[in-house]
Amino acid sequence: MGLLSDPNRRRALISLLTRLNSPICVVCYMAGVAWFMGLAFEPFTLRTYMSENAMGSTMVEERFPAGERALTTGREFSAHKKKAGGMPVDWLVKTMQARGLEVFTQRFSRKLPFPDENKERYMVKGTNVYGILRAPRAPRTEALVLSAPCTPGDSNNQAVGLLLGLAQYFRNQIYWAKDIIFLVNEHDLIGMQACITFSPDSCRGGSIQAALSLELSSDVITSMDLVLEGLNGQLPNLDLANLFYAFCQKIGVLCTIQGKLQRNDWDSVSGYSHSVQTMMLMVMKQASGRPWGDHGLFLRYHIEAASIKGINSFRQYKTDVTTIGRLLEGMYRKLNNLLERLHQSYFFYLMPSLSHFVSIGYYMPAFGLLAVILLLRALDLWVQLATPPPRTEDGITDKEQVSSPGVLSVLTPLVISHLTGVALYTLPIQFQEMAVEQFPVSETEAVVLTAIGVYTAGLALPHNTHRLLSGEGTEQGWRVLKLVAVLYLAVLLGCTALINFSLGFILALTLVPVAAFVTPHVPKVLSAFILVILSPACTLLFSVFFFQELQELPVSFQEGWLLYLSVISQGILDHFLYGSLVYPLIALLVYPCWLLFWNILFWK
Amino acid sequence: CATGINMQAAHWLAPRMTRQCGNDFQEELVIRPLHSGDIYASFQFRTVWETDFMRGNKVSHYRLFPKSLGQVISKFSVRELHISFTQGYWRTMQWGQPFQPSPPGAELWVWFQDSVTDVDGTWKELTNVLSGIFCASLNFIDSTNTVQPSASFKPLGIGNETDHRFLRYATLPREIVCTENLTPWKKLLPCGSKAGLAVLLKSEKLFHSSFHSQAVHIRPVCQDWQCKTTSWELRQTLNVVFDLHNSAQGKREWSLFKMFSRTLTEACPLASSSKIYIDITDNPQGEQFEVSPATPLLSQAVVLGDRRTFSVYDLTQQITFGTVRSLNLLIRWKSSEGDMLRPLLHAERYVAGYGLQTGEIHTLMYNNHPYRSFPVLLLDSVPWYLRLYIHTLTVTSKGKDNKPSYIHYQPSKDRLRPHLLEMLVQLPPNSVTEVTVQFERALLKWTEYTPDPNHGFYVGSSVISSLVPSIVAMDTNSTRERPLFSSFFPCKEESSYFVRVYTEPLLVNLPTPDFSMPYNVICLTCTVVAVGYGSLYNLLTRSFQIEEPSPGLAKRIANIIRKMRGVPPL
Repeated sequence: MGLLSDPNRRRALISLLTRLNSPICVVCYMAGVAWFMGLAFEPFTLRTYMSENAMGSTMVEERFPAGERALTTGREFSAHKKKAGGMPVDWLVKTMQARGLEVFTQRFSRKLPFPDENKERYMVKGTNVYGILRAPRAPRTEALVLSAPCTPGDSNNQAVGLLLGLAQYFRNQIYWAKDIIFLVNEHDLIGMQACITFSPDSCRGGSIQAALSLELSSDVITSMDLVLEGLNGQLPNLDLANLFYAFCQKIGVLCTIQGKLQRNDWDSVSGYSHSVQTMMLMVMKQASGRPWGDHGLFLRYHIEAASIKGINSFRQYKTDVTTIGRLLEGMYRKLNNLLERLHQSYFFYLMPSLSHFVSIGYYMPAFGLLAVILLLRALDLWVQLATPPPRTEDGITDKEQVSSPGVLSVLTPLVISHLTGVALYTLPIQFQEMAVEQFPVSETEAVVLTAIGVYTAGLALPHNTHRLLSGEGTEQGWRVLKLVAVLYLAVLLGCTALINFSLGFILALTLVPVAAFVTPHVPKVLSAFILVILSPACTLLFSVFFFQELQELPVSFQEGWLLYLSVISQGILDHFLYGSLVYPLIALLVYPCWLLFWNILFWK
Repeated sequence: CATGINMQAAHWLAPRMTRQCGNDFQEELVIRPLHSGDIYASFQFRTVWETDFMRGNKVSHYRLFPKSLGQVISKFSVRELHISFTQGYWRTMQWGQPFQPSPPGAELWVWFQDSVTDVDGTWKELTNVLSGIFCASLNFIDSTNTVQPSASFKPLGIGNETDHRFLRYATLPREIVCTENLTPWKKLLPCGSKAGLAVLLKSEKLFHSSFHSQAVHIRPVCQDWQCKTTSWELRQTLNVVFDLHNSAQGKREWSLFKMFSRTLTEACPLASSSKIYIDITDNPQGEQFEVSPATPLLSQAVVLGDRRTFSVYDLTQQITFGTVRSLNLLIRWKSSEGDMLRPLLHAERYVAGYGLQTGEIHTLMYNNHPYRSFPVLLLDSVPWYLRLYIHTLTVTSKGKDNKPSYIHYQPSKDRLRPHLLEMLVQLPPNSVTEVTVQFERALLKWTEYTPDPNHGFYVGSSVISSLVPSIVAMDTNSTRERPLFSSFFPCKEESSYFVRVYTEPLLVNLPTPDFSMPYNVICLTCTVVAVGYGSLYNLLTRSFQIEEPSPGLAKRIANIIRKMRGVPPL
């Protein structure tokens, strides 16, 4: 600080920063990307370890014997499901009662804002059935949840069978200290939401400490996949993942995360790229803000939750249902031992493999290096604004310019771009009926195409407006606007990265270069093209392709485009159904911010 | 006073003392096979003593009445004392109403004599003494969890004083009940656990159950029907529910040995009566379950508004024990059905909302009576760290606003006293009444957190007290065992009965700091404040400019001389 209070040295430092601004920015960007890529390199990451004392030292013995019977129950369930043409509520109630549970049903109905074409639903009506195993001598204050979705078709019957089998086995044990809620939910997340939003007949059993959602569609499996990403990129406490990993290791079940097995050859190129893929998949999923399993909505209620999916591939090594039952038994007994909520381990992390993690302290610098570019550019602009270029012949006009960029010239583009954002947020839903009447499209298409239409129309609007109001844009004017925009973007990305690092980082990766290089003096056509390429919508389009590539399911452009449209509709639906924040964030804040830069490009 | 051995009753049995010096002791066990296949065993031990602890009367000769409690009564001028320790939650939907309701954890309510001047001080001392007697954490009762209910807890013994200044009520929902609380409770019994029904009270079985509750009630009662003098009554009750699935390995068969790992061989020699009742109301023809050995003795009573029939085993009669000289009652279920019950009144409670700033407490009260509405008294005592927004209090039944006819609300004071909310609400027939109130979670001082703050903080059960229309009064059509002339007007005494229902306690999370952080935070903030703040503040508030270095001494002298000469300075 002494450095800064000495005017001479301060001047020297500032001139150094302004002179070398561009190279420093480039170096920061490269360093940020490099740091991020380094996170997947195993020697730089930490091994996972159990932090929670109550789950660590006490080993439990798993004895669940009834895998075969569970499969039989699953087949029975499947038969009754076919007969009932949906959820066999009566059969489930009877079966759960026979197993000594307190059984409740919950009816729910929900009308979506527009039809969901992926899952083919619009007016949703369903029933949740849940049985509560009351822990002996427990005052109903704490509970654990085990859920299995009842999906149409032939999938997931084994999960329900295993759930009922575990219920029967758990009922005869004496060691439970927390109630256990066995839930069979219909219409995946919509049913789940009905169950946990606390209406008079929702699933209640005291405060829920942890929840697992089980998906299982075959009698034998080759591996278990753990899904962590929940709504708005929230993750459960890392100890839940550790618990799963520890029991998979103990029982000898192959376990994966993002569908990727763990590899030991971290020092080879293919091993490294494998862990990069795993981590990138997690980043993409987290950035999407969607719940990636039925557990996703629990996290908002501070309930640690994860989904476990049984996968049957063509590997030799098979695991039977008894073993999966034991895995779950072990996990629930450990969770039952908890004295406090899971809180000891990390809530913010990335996982390049199931045995390694990157904590917030390690990944934040990658974002920080990108964010510092914005601050450097802001400093540069500030200095330029404070010291007008010493051109003697224009001295008087310069003085005028310093005072001329009034509030209006900055405020106008700000307001107009935000209004465009509001239009992007509201119009697609508002005008779906009108669009359906006017054009030969379905409701969903109408919503998505309106969104894209508004987005594109926004490109044409704002850069013309300031001319109407304040005439020709001045040199100082765009600087002030850019200063505001750059700081705005810095705050926006900073906040986003704190809540959802992946989203913040991906946005920073594309928007920071835009913010750094845009001036009215760069070549128009080329810059406009780059700007559009790096706009949020195109980022989403590339992300769709990239995600498919990571999953090793590459798609053609045509399929990718359709996927892109469905991703937009899903994003809007997620917002209106579950309160996902990505759509409003993009529409109301990020897109207007990007429009400001677009505005600067066409300042003159 | 002579040792009142009743020689007539003695014949070849153990000598039986019935009534000695106004002391009387009775013991009984009620066994009710529950609908769900579980079994409910309720012990009651009653000691009555014709004495007067009050008015400076120094009582020093104790016989059946436990001395430790007698001293407590006289020292603290207690008029009535009710204490219960409960592990587990009574499942009204599966088990029906209990004989003695109690909330999970510990509950203590005491009426003091009106001669007590410093009630709060006496209460504090009393809780500490009781804490020692029962090996429980009753010493954690202080002003932050004590309330004075205005209507919900009336004296159960005789007496006219109902000024609630002399009443103190507190619950400790977190209290865990175990063997260490059972042992001092058993020591209060005249026979200890050596003879009589108390031999069944083995902790390894009692705590291998779904529900366990033990209680002590002391109150003044009339000595005889004229009620000229009072006696002191001590009732010790113990209720336990055994789980069909855990304890019986799924076999639908119960016996005394299976439940308590003991059989009965004798009554307590000090007891004037010692009986076992088995509730066979649902089983008149033996189609539900089968009891052996069979007994010819039957007894009828109206319990909780319902006329019940009991098989009675009198342990004072040697014939009860048969030829093997031991009684092992056996109940074998024949049918297996476990539907939910619909008790006339039950209640539940939960916290809604997410995030750690605000929340909403919902209390649901169900009136399942098909056509009669009845009023209930709801008592809520909420700790101060949940700041109730009382203006958001709503009471709705059947979608309509239901205005309570009486509200007693005492706001909390931070760190001093809890919220107290009492309401008289009319429950319409066949309805759910929902009481909601929003609250804000307070941020505690860092020393006020418990050692396990992430477990959450407990809010005690709500208490719902009510006179419920009885089932007996409902069947006006029944002419069973009643002459026609007796059944035209519904009988007043049996038309309603008193029920107290406790909701589940709540576990609420408060905003909790990461307790490993303070060190980091202290280091970081201190450094930042010390190093950064001053200079940053200077940078922001001052403007800097280059100042000419101050001239040396020689130059200054030269300048003074030049000034005097009228020449411009150097």
